[in-house]
Amino acid sequence: MSEIRAKEKQEVQRTAESTRNVPIYIPDVDIYETNDALVVVADIPGVSPENVDIDLRDDTLTIRATVDLYGGNERPVLTEYEMGDYYRQFTLGRLIDQSKIEASMKDGVLTLILPKVEKAKPRKIMVKAV
Amino acid sequence: MARVRWLNTPDVFRPFEELQQLRKEMDRLFESVMGRRSWPITGRVFPLVNITEDDNAYYIRAELPGVKPEDIEISVEADSVTIGGERKPEDVGKEVSYHRKEREFGKFRRVITLKAGFNADAVEAVFKNGILTIKLPKAEEAKPRQIQVKTE
Repeated sequence: MSEIRAKEKQEVQRTAESTRNVPIYIPDVDIYETNDALVVVADIPGVSPENVDIDLRDDTLTIRATVDLYGGNERPVLTEYEMGDYYRQFTLGRLIDQSKIEASMKDGVLTLILPKVEKAKPRKIMVKAV
Repeated sequence: MARVRWLNTPDVFRPFEELQQLRKEMDRLFESVMGRRSWPITGRVFPLVNITEDDNAYYIRAELPGVKPEDIEISVEADSVTIGGERKPEDVGKEVSYHRKEREFGKFRRVITLKAGFNADAVEAVFKNGILTIKLPKAEEAKPRQIQVKTE
């Protein structure tokens, strides 16, 4: 069932410091599996589609997203949340067809469709009546 | 107010002052460790908002990823703004099995009261990349006034 295991890095900045002086957050994700694909849905508000970087190397999927900083020349009155970039990595436990990965962004939500390779798809085995 | 040190005068032991001192120290320590996360710990209602201002307007911003613009309701009164709506889950079909479910869905409603005046008729809202921005133009009396110094 759990073929994806998260590598949650709480303190990304400790391993390699970012050149941007903004915090880096771990986005909330939903991951579900259909017959044909694995789908990753991540909340990354404030990010423009062109600033999302998705990398799949061997069995590691990396999502990096750079936020568009806003309101920089305004004075803060109340600050309840901080703007930040996003970073999250997953280990994929099953074979993904890398050439057919689809990514789309809408309203601050990234949807990644990772099609399974043919042989990884479930096969129905017919039970013959003898 | 002068603080009496406990060590110097053990006969006037004031436990509450000592506690308060300790609390201040702890706050300072947390602030230095947590750094930027020093937002007020007052009642946290979804969505969290940032309020900023410039000379002409106030700006209320909230992160609402995955909420459709048509599912956001904003109402404006004389001194308050209400952000309401619903975050609906995407339709994924029946034949799926979830590995992770961290994103939350449901209705939300938050009232934000502003002290200084704004022009309720000229409020604008924009939704982009999951960030809602409400611009509230300041009323004339809330704008900073520049006073020219005349030379005679």
